[in-house]
Amino acid sequence: MTAITARVGGIRWTDPKTVGIAGIALGALAFWLALPPLASRTQLLPILLGLLAIAAGIWTWSREQHRIGGGAVAAGVLGILFGVLATRSSEAHLDTVVVWSALLAATLRYATPLTFAAIGGLFCERSGVINVALEGMLLTGAFFGIWGAIWAHGWAPGWEWVIGLITAALAGMAMAAVHAFWAIHLKVDQIISGTAINFLALGITGYIFIDKYGDSGTPGNVADYGIPDVHLHFLNNWYFIGPILGQLNLMIWLSFVLLIATYIFVFRTPYGLRLRSVGEHPRAADTVGISVYKIRYMAVIASGAIAAMGGAYLSLGFVHSFNENMTSGTGFIGLAALVFGKWRPFPTWCATLLFGFSSALSDRLPNAYGNQWGTLFNALPYVLTIVAVAGVIGRSIGPAAAGRPYEKQ
Amino acid sequence: MSDLEPIEDAEPPTPPGQVPAPQQRFASRFGGITGAWAPIATTIIAFLMGGLVVLFTGKNPLKVYHAVWNGTGINWFFHIGNHHARVPFSTHKMWFPWDTASVAAGNLQQTLLLTTPIILTALALAFAFRCGLFNIGGQGQYTAGTIFAVWLGTSFVNLNPFLHVMLCLIAGTLAGAAWAGIAGILKATVGAHEVVSTIMLNWIAYWVGSYLFGEGGPLQGTQASIPISNDIAEGAKLPVFWGIALLQGLSIGIFIAIGILVVYWLLINRTTLGFEVRAVGFNPEAARYGGVSVARNYFLAMAISGAFAGLAGALDITGWEYRIGENDIQASTIGFTGLAAALLGRNTALGVGVASLLFGALINGTSGRQLDPSIFRPDLAGNLTTIIQGLVILFVGLNLGGIGLWLKKRRRPA
Repeated sequence: MTAITARVGGIRWTDPKTVGIAGIALGALAFWLALPPLASRTQLLPILLGLLAIAAGIWTWSREQHRIGGGAVAAGVLGILFGVLATRSSEAHLDTVVVWSALLAATLRYATPLTFAAIGGLFCERSGVINVALEGMLLTGAFFGIWGAIWAHGWAPGWEWVIGLITAALAGMAMAAVHAFWAIHLKVDQIISGTAINFLALGITGYIFIDKYGDSGTPGNVADYGIPDVHLHFLNNWYFIGPILGQLNLMIWLSFVLLIATYIFVFRTPYGLRLRSVGEHPRAADTVGISVYKIRYMAVIASGAIAAMGGAYLSLGFVHSFNENMTSGTGFIGLAALVFGKWRPFPTWCATLLFGFSSALSDRLPNAYGNQWGTLFNALPYVLTIVAVAGVIGRSIGPAAAGRPYEKQ
Repeated sequence: MSDLEPIEDAEPPTPPGQVPAPQQRFASRFGGITGAWAPIATTIIAFLMGGLVVLFTGKNPLKVYHAVWNGTGINWFFHIGNHHARVPFSTHKMWFPWDTASVAAGNLQQTLLLTTPIILTALALAFAFRCGLFNIGGQGQYTAGTIFAVWLGTSFVNLNPFLHVMLCLIAGTLAGAAWAGIAGILKATVGAHEVVSTIMLNWIAYWVGSYLFGEGGPLQGTQASIPISNDIAEGAKLPVFWGIALLQGLSIGIFIAIGILVVYWLLINRTTLGFEVRAVGFNPEAARYGGVSVARNYFLAMAISGAFAGLAGALDITGWEYRIGENDIQASTIGFTGLAAALLGRNTALGVGVASLLFGALINGTSGRQLDPSIFRPDLAGNLTTIIQGLVILFVGLNLGGIGLWLKKRRRPA
């Protein structure tokens, strides 16, 4: 059936190239709408079309059509920028730049926990273990990160956030170890053990939080010893870029490092090859002497540590406090980004940026328009991911052995 | 990799000597009453570990569990005496062995109110499991049901009461079915993994609900700045047969849920549809070879599964909530409690009923309304309930025989 619909009118609609070109066209349309003779005055249209163009571009990129995909992403970004600039041309130009640089800085802040979650999930799923527990691991990291920092405040001045990150990673690894043992040795369905981890993380962090910090919440002075911001003073006078990159949290820069390191590790080293082979064809990997169980354990536990650091960023670097269930779906957006980026580091990262942008928009748009529809931007990542797995524009297919326990022979 | 893979490739047959796909294992291993000992052992383990957690915080777990037990209202059954009770929907009184107006009776009403949606969301999971599908989207389907029940319940104020309440229930059911049907269609036509799509649908429902009932949203009530819908019309409320409607008395929704349990049993065990669904669950390849349309059954199983969850939402609205707020949509975890109940009940009608009562009682007993705060903080106890649910899910999926096998293998010299 898909084969028929796919070839309507002789055009191969599911071909990445077609999607990429459509993305470029959408990006151009976003800009054109704002120009005379149409001169649309609403910002919604260019933003929406631009977002779709970027999504199509990431999609095309993850299907090996780098040039067209990159073109579509660029067209989408430029379409949003110029489209909005044009709609606001009557207003003070400086204002627009301030608003947009703030929005893009917010995008990076929202995207960082998603990046950590998605990269954590990438390790786990590339090794053949499905990880729907990313949400729970983020939450665990968020609580134990701030708990560790508060604990260290008495005896390790200046190093609180380092201790916090370490406790977060350890707690995330503990959670992941349970998931790994259940998934690998006990061969329980990985979705079930993942859901159980989500429940346990929610209950355990909530329980200890209430028991320890009670009604008053985490101390107000956490901001003084949270994860520090990196001040790049030489950027201060740079037009547009300065306000975006001049003062970002350390974890945001770390997420860039993590991304590049992950790419090199997974795709350019023998260890990464082993990781991927275990996720694609464990029997073949076992036959050539790779220990499937060992690699899967290491991958799942690493995934817990990475995701938990993303959680620690959320509590210790971003909001400087903890609340019950404070992640509220962040881990699942990370999972969505992973699926949308087809389990590849750079497309996944682009997806986290796109999803971070839609979160930042939903956060800021209600203020600008005085009503609620901006809330719906929060649903955009999930809608795009459904479109992605639906295969309307090329199926998103994960590692072949994901979800299947391996039985040694 | 071609993006036009036929569905045959989506579920490769299990090579000999390898563990079958978990989905196939669900259908076979959980497909009947194979003894209640494993679920009971799971429950005991979970409660013991929960007790340890309580012990670590310096409280006596026995006292805490006793307070929770009193809060559930199940102790009501043990207080037999000489009482008179009003016959429901009349002014007539008759002799009754239990006191229908005691505190315990009120607690029991709450427990049963909470059990009602858990039964239905658990059935949603169970029905999909029987087809080898993991419908983790019960939460989103439940939300879809509540949204439609509230929408129709607050419209058509002058409709005939019976028609109005039926309209709400049917609309909620269909909304749930449609929401799950999206995942079903994707699974049936392009083989999209239903876990991914239902997780995404959960969150779409979450944000759509937040938008609809939030400040400035189209279904927000008349009070600006309060993100809650209006109350549904009197005619759209289910009759309350025990207790007082204003104090969240027990509506006839519990009987609807029990009726659906019977329907589920009949559907699975006594109809062609149920047979085909189970056949697909056991082995899709064999079912296809036997002439069963796998794609059709995937879609139908998801849609029926979603219908159960949607009805759960509609029953909650028409039965006792009467309105919904942004917070209710964001805080609800009933779909996942249903997962725990379905797993604990091993996808059987009787098991799901008992497991749902257990979780309904546990959630009610640890709620701020029922638990004596001098014995244990209710907000701590709420988290304890979450932990116990997590432990149940963790341990119930465990193939206890599998552990034995693994230990045996380890002991064997290599």
